[in-house]
Amino acid sequence: MAFIPHTPADVEAMLATIGVSSIEQLFDEIPASLRVKSLDRVPVGLNEMQIGRLMSERARADGRPLCYIGAGAYEHHIPAAVWALTTRGEFYSAYTPYQAEASQGTLQLIYEYQTMMASLTGMDVSNASLYDGASAVAEGSLMAVRANRKSKSLRILVPRTVNPQYRRVAVATAGNQGLRFEDVAYTPDGGVTPLDALKKYDSEDVTAIVIQQPNFFGQLEDVDALTDWAHAKGTFVIAVVNPTSLALLKPPGEWGSSGKGADIVVGDGQPLGVPLSSGGPYFGFMTTRMEYVRQMPGRIVGRTVDVSGRAGFTLTLQAREQHIRRAKATSNICTNQGLLVTAATIYMSLMGPVGLERTAAASHASANDLVSALTAVKGVRRAFAGPFFHESVLLFDRPVGPILTSLANRGILGGLDLSELYPELGYALLVCATETKTKSDIESYVTALSEAAAAVRAA
Amino acid sequence: MMRTHDKASKLIFEYSHPGRGATDQWPQPLPATATSDLPQRLLRTKPPLLPEVGELEAVRHFTRLSQLNFSIDTHFYPLGSCTMKYNPKACNQYAMLPEFLGRHPLAPESHGQGFLACMYELQEMLKEVTGMQGVALSPMAGAHGEFAGVAMIRAYHRSRGDLARNEIIVPEAAHGTNPATATMCGCIVREIPVNDEGDIELDALRAAVGPNTAGIMLTNPSTLGVFERRIEEVARIVHTAGGLLYYDGANLNAILGKVRPGDMGFDVIHMNLHKTFSTPHGGGGPGAGAVGVSARLRPFLPIPIVGLEEGHRYRWLAEKDLPQSIGRLSGFMGNAGVLLRAYIYMRMLGREGMSQVGEYATLNANYLLTRLKQAGFDAAYPSRRASHEFIITLKRQARELDVTTMDFAKRLLDHGIHAPTTYFPLLVPECLLIEPTETESKDVLDAFVAAMTQIQQEAEQEPERVTSAPHTMPVRRLDDVRAAKQLDLRWKPTA
Repeated sequence: MAFIPHTPADVEAMLATIGVSSIEQLFDEIPASLRVKSLDRVPVGLNEMQIGRLMSERARADGRPLCYIGAGAYEHHIPAAVWALTTRGEFYSAYTPYQAEASQGTLQLIYEYQTMMASLTGMDVSNASLYDGASAVAEGSLMAVRANRKSKSLRILVPRTVNPQYRRVAVATAGNQGLRFEDVAYTPDGGVTPLDALKKYDSEDVTAIVIQQPNFFGQLEDVDALTDWAHAKGTFVIAVVNPTSLALLKPPGEWGSSGKGADIVVGDGQPLGVPLSSGGPYFGFMTTRMEYVRQMPGRIVGRTVDVSGRAGFTLTLQAREQHIRRAKATSNICTNQGLLVTAATIYMSLMGPVGLERTAAASHASANDLVSALTAVKGVRRAFAGPFFHESVLLFDRPVGPILTSLANRGILGGLDLSELYPELGYALLVCATETKTKSDIESYVTALSEAAAAVRAA
Repeated sequence: MMRTHDKASKLIFEYSHPGRGATDQWPQPLPATATSDLPQRLLRTKPPLLPEVGELEAVRHFTRLSQLNFSIDTHFYPLGSCTMKYNPKACNQYAMLPEFLGRHPLAPESHGQGFLACMYELQEMLKEVTGMQGVALSPMAGAHGEFAGVAMIRAYHRSRGDLARNEIIVPEAAHGTNPATATMCGCIVREIPVNDEGDIELDALRAAVGPNTAGIMLTNPSTLGVFERRIEEVARIVHTAGGLLYYDGANLNAILGKVRPGDMGFDVIHMNLHKTFSTPHGGGGPGAGAVGVSARLRPFLPIPIVGLEEGHRYRWLAEKDLPQSIGRLSGFMGNAGVLLRAYIYMRMLGREGMSQVGEYATLNANYLLTRLKQAGFDAAYPSRRASHEFIITLKRQARELDVTTMDFAKRLLDHGIHAPTTYFPLLVPECLLIEPTETESKDVLDAFVAAMTQIQQEAEQEPERVTSAPHTMPVRRLDDVRAAKQLDLRWKPTA
């Protein structure tokens, strides 16, 4: 049951070689008082047929609703080739590529990934990935503290238009090292961060500002003006971006009027071929300018040559990392989300610049259609004016919770209720549509919403 | 063993042709009006450098790349401290059912009872096998779990107004992540020595603990591949001084079903599910670093956690339920898909399979150690039993033959065997840390001994054959200095 191949004869021969009479004897250095008596709360084992049946039942219980939730995780078409290749045992069951000669496949793939991510974000260099988008914001903030030598304050501005979970993760991760994360208000009519709200920091030492584009509401920030404000006072810009949107939107490397761009770019790579999967595994990406590469956390792959002069790939700049630097490392991180990077690299290769741009445009168009259709329903309107990418905040004339429950009963997940995260917005719902939603899907939502609204009114 | 690496070393960008693409995967083109509402000044003007290749070209390229890798599915991988055991195919297949893959992390609990049931039961099983009182699943790797663990220790002391406790004690053989984690949590690291037999120096520990002690981080069995025999005394010393005990679960495979960290006196533990519970390493991640705690640390667990209400309804426990939590460590709930694989593995093994893991991992390690000793290799701790792993030192070979551990490791690759962990732990010179795991057969272990014996003979008779290895890999030894000095981190098209 435990995938152990030993025959009784093998065991006997092995014990004889060791010179003990039983496997039990191999544990004789462990105090007897500590030995486990039983593991009653672990059920008895299941064979593959039984576990297959159990998991299929569990999966069926969750169903396959039509999903209009975004908020940091986005449903996109994933070509069959992506996971057919990614789950090949040679990728799936390989270790971290420390033995470069036996890991050229993974290493070359990461080098290709770094090239793609650097170009997509308009930056010089990329690392080999971090845990997820939220932890990448935390690591980006810590990196800004190391790299921005002009600043001593450890203060990071996080506008309220940044994904609130990202802020929470940054606080939990970096708070112990003295970093302070401070809110910046958004405009009530536009749902974006105004320069006015930054005025009070004009003469203060601020290490970095986090700018999310598109922001958590789906709205587009005035990234050039915000970047100029930051750079004029020596504050770093940490850009948080959706990689799909970058096929359409200006890359952070070009933000600001000077063309200098953001200093650190992070985000969640999930939209690039990674399934929603209840929240993970995803991967966080991070790119930066060459001058800060030694302050960047996580693995980095470089191209070099072997002793015969042939090109090859290896992990490099390892002097930054925990297994060398121990207590002085840039981070305790010793993982990258290698398998997800594999999926994303294959996805980006299949989509190419044209396919990715079409995906972004189709998602935008789909979200526009959705918002138009839903705001035609009585009692529903947009919360904010101005352009959005593929999600948007809608305001209702009554609490959103019961409507969502009613929709869910009809097989539709209508969006994210914002009443807890942004109570000041009133009855607000964040909705998302991507290229996966057809016109008839959107009609289904509108029909169900009309019914649900009627049902809630009647109740 | 010739490979087609000439073709494979071509980069995907070098196959690119403008206008080519996997067009079947793309949405239909839309008229320009579809995006005309987006302000021009916020738009991209130059397309990103992504390859323009057909689907078959991409499939061939990435298939070839995969074939340049060693992996568990293709090679023996006795990498100490990494537990490279078989990753059952069923775990992957059933974690990738379409309902699981398509489930949005913020989907309501009404559309997640199946998934949540798996997560709840996983929490319960992990509690049972570790002897802890609470488990959180959200940390996304071992080091992430370590971070959560030390952060909980700090939060515990702070909640009692015990603000001076900021020192974390680690044995000198500890994983590099331990001191790095302590630093990330704002703690100061104190290293203590181990004795000639691999046990902690108790006098040094007694001298190190005091009113500033936040806790001690230990791996048991240690990174030296031996069980810390006086663990109960260690626990007593640290607890008496007011500190807590942290268990680094990297080596949990050694004792699974045999001893539980909770029973040894540990207050907090992280588990590397990608080691002990056989989720894939994926070429460097994703992992999963679930944490377990004793009762006094339960209020501080990272959120979210799965709770059970009225015996049949699962729901997320978050900020409101655990106001003293150290907070959120991931955007959603961690590496859900990895956790599902671990769940499936544990359900397949069941309670009887759990103890077989510890038993056969230990049997394989002791057998391999005995055979290597018989073949003339030097054990670092010859008087000790191996746990699930052990250390061979090639100090003698390095001195007498000028053939190093690195040379042996590289030559093993030519034998189709992934190198064991080299030069870790740092305090044993010229060491190989070898962990065969329970899923390898006696035949594979015998073949490893034969390969090591042959390399030893080569080292004596024809050392340059070993010192210039590998000879059959896609590349030979790489110039790491050049890699770090002449940084080439991305491809650039030649004009």
